[in-house]
Amino acid sequence: MAEDKILIDDDETVAGVELSKEEKKRLKRQEKKLKKFGLKDESKMGKMELFFYKIEKRRRIKKKKRVSRSIVGDISLFLLLCLFGAFSAYPLVYSFCAAFKPLAELFIYPPKLFFQNPTLDNFKDLSMLMEQSMVPFSRYFFNTIWITFAGTVGHVIIASMAAYPLAKHKFPGSTIIFSMVVYSLMFASQVTATPTYIIFSLAGLIDTQLAIIVPAFAYTLGLYLMKQFMQDIPTELIESAKIDGANEFQIYWRIVMPLVKPAWLTLIILLFQQLWNNDGGSFIYSEQLKPLSYSLNQIVAGGVARTGTASAVMLIMMIVPITVFVLSQSQIIETMAHSGMK
Amino acid sequence: MTDKDKNIEQTQSNQEQNLQNDVQNQKVINSTPLVKSEIQLEFEEKEKAYLEALKENETAGLKLRIEKDRGSLFRKIDRWSKRGSRLRREIFVKRQYYYLVAPYTILFFIFTVVPVLMSLVLSFTYFNLLEFPTFIGWENYRALFVDDKVFIIALKNTAILAVITGPVSYIMAFVFAWLINELRPLLRSFMTLVFYAPSISGNVYLVWKLIFSSDNYGYANSILMQMNIIQEPITWLQDPDYIIWILIIVQLWMSLGVSFLSFIAGLQGVNRELYEAGAIDGIKSRWQELWYITLPQMKSQLMFGAVMQITSSLAIATVSINIAGFPSIEYAGHTIITHLMDYGNTRMEMGYASAIATILFLIMIIANLVVRKILRRVGS
Repeated sequence: MAEDKILIDDDETVAGVELSKEEKKRLKRQEKKLKKFGLKDESKMGKMELFFYKIEKRRRIKKKKRVSRSIVGDISLFLLLCLFGAFSAYPLVYSFCAAFKPLAELFIYPPKLFFQNPTLDNFKDLSMLMEQSMVPFSRYFFNTIWITFAGTVGHVIIASMAAYPLAKHKFPGSTIIFSMVVYSLMFASQVTATPTYIIFSLAGLIDTQLAIIVPAFAYTLGLYLMKQFMQDIPTELIESAKIDGANEFQIYWRIVMPLVKPAWLTLIILLFQQLWNNDGGSFIYSEQLKPLSYSLNQIVAGGVARTGTASAVMLIMMIVPITVFVLSQSQIIETMAHSGMK
Repeated sequence: MTDKDKNIEQTQSNQEQNLQNDVQNQKVINSTPLVKSEIQLEFEEKEKAYLEALKENETAGLKLRIEKDRGSLFRKIDRWSKRGSRLRREIFVKRQYYYLVAPYTILFFIFTVVPVLMSLVLSFTYFNLLEFPTFIGWENYRALFVDDKVFIIALKNTAILAVITGPVSYIMAFVFAWLINELRPLLRSFMTLVFYAPSISGNVYLVWKLIFSSDNYGYANSILMQMNIIQEPITWLQDPDYIIWILIIVQLWMSLGVSFLSFIAGLQGVNRELYEAGAIDGIKSRWQELWYITLPQMKSQLMFGAVMQITSSLAIATVSINIAGFPSIEYAGHTIITHLMDYGNTRMEMGYASAIATILFLIMIIANLVVRKILRRVGS
């Protein structure tokens, strides 16, 4: 019995035991196969040999993943990507450079993309212009900060509060609410602009900043993303908290909220972009309540004489959201992985 | 409810009758006269007494049980009559969820559901914000399609913009996400930024105004003139033939938004092992890999991206206003939304504006539902 086992375990010849012809054939075939794929028997190697062999193997597997890739295709697609990347980046780079160009360079012919001798003149002009303006510039700045802050914080809290029961519990009316939210993603907010204006004028909110802040609370994409993200929280966690005697609000605040950090960062960024670029629209008339973006747009609208300051303004408006995005990109991507719709 | 209950009642009364019959039968059997010995008689008497006692006990028990059943029946009827309160009860038990959902839902109703319904109702009225709205039937819709030539232009422009920018931007978002996905992580996040930045960078699209400016300082003009393709500058933004194409370019430039990020995330989530398995199963080119492995796994993201892209491509307005002007030359950049703004914000004809909004609303919902239906078929 013991000898049989040895025979089976060792595939090479055991001392004193002759292998049958068939078995020899089989072994040869196996060796051929291994050679064909460039594989070797790992058990027969020395330590160093094994180490290099493993690296080689890993590289080969990596190459294997690219079996379906041709070099020509790789290069041409990469060139395509670069081309469109340039198309996408060109205006951004242009407006970045224009902000540092002296006036003479802005109107050079033929126009050039990069600045030759950068100055901060445009920014100085901008600050001069701000000092002259009717309403102190810090006021515009404060308005935008306040609108952005209040709208974002309110939305994140209210939307996540609603998203938690919608994602993790079933109760009468939950499916109706969520399907209405999904349907509301299908039309733009401009459609409801007219009745919203009427509602605001009835409520007396016209010409207050609440007219921009409060609708931001009910931003539908935010709730949608939040709900989709929360659906993957393990139910056991919530149940165990319930057994420990937490009520729903405590579960939401203490357990769910810390877990969905990527989602609320995403909501902050989406809302931030919206509110940062909001210029008050048709809701705010008073000059001292207008946000920053409105006054900057006024400067841009100044025409050819203000090209320099306008490009400085564009740089300011552009750089803030982009910085915020760069800082939180991985979190946003993580949230977006859950954005799928059935 | 009543039939079932009646049945139950009937069966119970039957039971009672049977019981009484049984008792009588027993009496009959027991009282048959026979000649017996004294001991036997005594025994029989005792036995009879015993049996009677037993029977009494039993009948009492039965009666009690019947009564009990009746009681539960009453309770059942009671419960049936309070059928609606079960829902009320569930709502009461789950009231904490409602507290959590309430703030958002109320705001959502005020700013989304109510306005949609309101614009539907107002579209049948004449309303100028000062007087009470007066009902005028289909007059607004008739005026829109028959009298209002500008609306037809707006409809045409919106259709051109949506049909071109919608699908192209959708495909662009996917293709670039797919190409970016194969790069190394650092390069990948840089390229993501490059493609995503235009959609978040506020009013930087005004740069296009400089690029397409009408004198020879504009980039497009200067490049074309240097290459001797044109001899004198083209007035890009004043020529109705060019405006819509420039709008399309600008819109495409800034259209890689949320859906693009969603695609990138979706591609990162595709199971890597499937590619290896696919390579063994005989997938030869990257296109086959894309079609057979990647796309089916990203179905839900594709759906989400489609919804976002369709909605934004039908809602082009601010770009048109800032680049082509409001109103634009010969209404070349006029879209449904700028038309809506014209009547809603400038002329304050709220009824008419509501009719425009309702039409746009219907177009958007129908387009989305149709595309969703098509996309659902793609994988199967």
